[in-house]
Amino acid sequence: MKVRNIPGKRNELKVLGIIMMVSFILMTALNPHEFLRIGNLQGMAFQLPELGVLSLAMMVVMLTGGINLSVIATANIAGIACAMILTSTPSGVDPSGGLVAAALSAGLLVSVIIGFFNGFLIAYIGITPILATLGTMILFNGISIVVTKGYVISGFPDTVRFIGNGSLLGIPFPLVIFALLASAMAVFLNRTSTGFNIYMYGSNESATCFSGGNNSRIILRTYIISGLLSGFAALIMISRFNSAKAGYGSSYLLVTILAAVLGGVNSEGGFGRVSGLVFALVTLQIISSGLNLLRVSSFMTIAIWGFVMILVMVVNYYTERRRERLLKALS
Amino acid sequence: MKNLIKTHEFCVFAVIVVLSAVITIINPNFLTLENGLDLLKSYSFMGVLAIGILFVLISGGIDISFAATATIAEYVMAVVCIRLGGNIISAVIIASFTGIILGTFNGILISRFRIPPIITTIATMNLYYGILTVVTGGKWIYALPDWFRSFAEIRIITLVSESGTPYGLSVITLFWIIITAAAFFTLRFTMLGREIYAVGGDIVSAERVGFPVKRLQVFVYAFMGLMAGIAGVIQALLVQTVAPNSIVGKELDVIAAVVLGGASLAGGKGSVAGTVLGVVLIAVVKNGMTLVRISSVWSDVVIGLVILVSVGFSSWQQKREKQKSKIEIEGVGF
Amino acid sequence: METLFLSMKNITKVYAGVRALDAVDFSINRGEVHCLAGTNGSGKSTLVKIISGVISPEKGSEIVINGRKTEHCSSIESIQHGIEVIYQDLSLFPNLSVAENIALNENIASGKKLVNWKRSREIALNAMDRIGVSIPLDTRVEELSMADQQLVAICRALTGDVKLLIMDEPTTALTKKEIDALLKVVLDLKDKGISSLFISHKLNEVMEISERVTVLRDGKLIGCYECSELDDKKLEYLMTGATSVYEPYHFKPDRSGTPVLRTEKLSKDRNFRDIDLEVYPGEIVGITGLLGSGRTELALSVFGLNPADSGTIEIHGKKAVINSVEKAKQYGIAYVPEDRLHNGLVMDQPVGKNIVATVIDRLKGKGGLVDPEKVDSSVNSCIRDLSIKIPSVYSPVKTLSGGNQQRIVIGKWIATDPELFILDNPTVGIDVSAKSSIHRIIRNLAEKGMGIIIISDEIAEVLYNCSRILVMHKGRIVKEFDSSDASEEEIQAYIESPADIGCDR
Repeated sequence: MKVRNIPGKRNELKVLGIIMMVSFILMTALNPHEFLRIGNLQGMAFQLPELGVLSLAMMVVMLTGGINLSVIATANIAGIACAMILTSTPSGVDPSGGLVAAALSAGLLVSVIIGFFNGFLIAYIGITPILATLGTMILFNGISIVVTKGYVISGFPDTVRFIGNGSLLGIPFPLVIFALLASAMAVFLNRTSTGFNIYMYGSNESATCFSGGNNSRIILRTYIISGLLSGFAALIMISRFNSAKAGYGSSYLLVTILAAVLGGVNSEGGFGRVSGLVFALVTLQIISSGLNLLRVSSFMTIAIWGFVMILVMVVNYYTERRRERLLKALS
Repeated sequence: MKNLIKTHEFCVFAVIVVLSAVITIINPNFLTLENGLDLLKSYSFMGVLAIGILFVLISGGIDISFAATATIAEYVMAVVCIRLGGNIISAVIIASFTGIILGTFNGILISRFRIPPIITTIATMNLYYGILTVVTGGKWIYALPDWFRSFAEIRIITLVSESGTPYGLSVITLFWIIITAAAFFTLRFTMLGREIYAVGGDIVSAERVGFPVKRLQVFVYAFMGLMAGIAGVIQALLVQTVAPNSIVGKELDVIAAVVLGGASLAGGKGSVAGTVLGVVLIAVVKNGMTLVRISSVWSDVVIGLVILVSVGFSSWQQKREKQKSKIEIEGVGF
Repeated sequence: METLFLSMKNITKVYAGVRALDAVDFSINRGEVHCLAGTNGSGKSTLVKIISGVISPEKGSEIVINGRKTEHCSSIESIQHGIEVIYQDLSLFPNLSVAENIALNENIASGKKLVNWKRSREIALNAMDRIGVSIPLDTRVEELSMADQQLVAICRALTGDVKLLIMDEPTTALTKKEIDALLKVVLDLKDKGISSLFISHKLNEVMEISERVTVLRDGKLIGCYECSELDDKKLEYLMTGATSVYEPYHFKPDRSGTPVLRTEKLSKDRNFRDIDLEVYPGEIVGITGLLGSGRTELALSVFGLNPADSGTIEIHGKKAVINSVEKAKQYGIAYVPEDRLHNGLVMDQPVGKNIVATVIDRLKGKGGLVDPEKVDSSVNSCIRDLSIKIPSVYSPVKTLSGGNQQRIVIGKWIATDPELFILDNPTVGIDVSAKSSIHRIIRNLAEKGMGIIIISDEIAEVLYNCSRILVMHKGRIVKEFDSSDASEEEIQAYIESPADIGCDR
């Protein structure tokens, strides 16, 4: 019964692995002295996690066939909430451990509330995910601006800065967080009934309901998890920059979708794995750092991301067609 | 009459009337001809883009790259006008042409490779912005030709306010009016317009009936590009400078306006009248906020809420209707 | 004038190496009423798509329409030849008005770039006149009932200079009265020299007014027969290559204990009314009736997807409130929906996932996480018990045959260990050999003590599998039969019009 050699199955990871290796070799070849420096590799390890966690947040909703345009806005407002509590002590006085803990939890709580709000709008009010999250994206960006009046909130205690800048046994701490969250997500998606139902819902809502899945609850949970992950991304983000501000990282939105799509997440829902996403993220990080070292403008990088995304989708179109044909021929 | 009241357009109209009344009570300067004409001028940009996105939404798609397209068209137009000269007609043609090319690219990706429109246009938005910023180096253009400057000041009708300053119906508004009229005619009275509705209503049926579905898809995105191109010219006329980031983020307001006007992301629904009303509503809200002295930092919050409340309301109604119709099977009446 | 309107020779169509049509010949005379019969996947819809120009056949095919030879024609050309297809989903535009939907073909055919609304309304009125109906012109089609929508589709087909009207299973959603009206229209068209082609998978009213029947099986032409020389059995044999043998099943369950399911005065506005129903352990109860008689609505309400307004449901003698599938599952109720594609299975997902979809939250191991070993054993035992044939548990369900797909739907519900099993048209679209094996599975379940309800259009299916048969009409149960002393004809009469037989319930 353990026949695993189905066309299109598992090949994904192999292809992604090859793409990753090629981009690594290419970037090394283009700039051997700088690219392989420890500093650069470490820099990459510090940059990847925040994008990685945001991509997880995007991925989980894409599996249900939805999209969450508000991931960055959620992260920003959660970061701001956290930062406001952290900086609420009189200047010069470091916040106590309890206050730090309260601030971090407040950030996560805000993100969960926003996730719940998104899920509620989609599952119970019936707004399409694009419009619902577009609306919440504008709304919460607006609230962030109102609350901060557009200013930067900065200056956090060392304990907080450690989250984004510290290392554990030589491994950057943000990377540890990302590894933990990615593993947790993998377990959640593969080993819980909600995770199972997320995939089924993504392929066919109606049949999932007829099998006893509670669709509204599945969607609600999905968006809460997406919100929570955005919250974790916020913690990494604000601690790395040592500041919070409305509108940070808005260019990440495209890259999170790109990472998910490149990692094999089907844009119509139902398929995609955490491992694929991780491969895609590493590839994107290699390319982006490599380009950065080659003094390529960051805007050029954005243009390249746009181009790569189109390329990936076009390639997907052809592989999907081939797979369909193979499957038909098999049956 | 009863049917008219039930339409979405009427609801939006009623909201506009009520809002206007409230704002006028707080600040009488709102409901003046001068302010009205001024709003019609400054919202021409949004109004033209809204017509473009209306076509896309009716066909069942979405485009969020049009602000980038408009900016590129604006740049290309400005550079050509400065280097080679020309007049307003050549300026419009150049910008339109640029817009159509970029829009067609979207259309081809969406129809030929079946990439979901939201993903396609997020990608092209970044592609277009990225290339634009790299090529221009982010530089602003100030030195627009004199003829361009003087064209912007033409008024079709000139009036004089009590304080003695002249005002009137700007030529810029004329762009919006003509395009709106043309769009109304196209959607209502041409086969092309009805085909776009048909594709948005049921794409499989449209294919069976023999409509050129793929060509129609390319058309709506190309048309969106054309509108973006013209909007680029309008933007340049309005502010007389060209900046790479001046339109960033506007795409969301425009989509909001059209959705407020009754268009649906599911396709097949939406009207020109509703779209104009949607733009007017956004204009009234934003202008009203200034006039009643609400800080502009609240602007996004208000827009976000307006979107969520109005879309939420109509989605909720639809959801309830759907639940009903799912079980009401014909022939089971008592 | 030649009598032949359409003649097709040597039509072949290959999809991904599979011959959907294999050298099929087909012809229709002018003014003929013709029937195209075949099971699902026999190639009949492929043939229709070729006639209507949606797809083109392989090289070597020969099509002569109206005396003109062509390799294939586009859909526009086919419309110009006067060929109109009414698909089962009707292909209307829900967001457009009745007038516009009806006038659409005419507007396309005229080739004009502008729309003349006044003319559109005239066209619509004319078409409605032809078949003597009137539907408000400005109503959006999505607001109409199914029967009215079908009339709109027929009107649309009649607007042009139609020579051949193709209808895909047009009668399934109609009441007897509406069918009679439709047949009258068809005969009327025949008098005007217009040919009609019906697509069907069983002998029904339309076949009675047809002259010839062309039968396809597995993409091959079986033959073209005079309608008068066919009966139900023979047609079934031609379509499937086998005759379904219903071994009559007269298992008399013990009806003395508590029933698994008992409903009292169960009612839901516009769905069903005053339903009193009892199902005992080991009993197989059949429910039949027309589409829209309330049978599926009733089943869904017991399954929690369409809760009733009033009345009570008792499970094993205890009152039950069932307002979600989860609840239904807790009460041990299983339901196999009629629409496998949309409701029964997640077609794109693998077999394994589909099988455990109903029980995934019961397959937990350490730490409350899903235990892959339990999943594997659950999947494997289902595949073994129901002898499902699959290339691998990882292949998407959509690659399987209808019979195997249905076994998976049944299997995933057996996994929940239900006490009441409701099956809605369990053998629709399944070939004959697979059919009887599914019936055998159902009987086995009953013998193990499960209470079973079979809902079916096919009277033979309920007659030979159930001990009691309930006939529903307009939301009520109008007659109960004991299967040992009922005949198909008798049941059929009650299904169509119980009032004529003197039923005044």
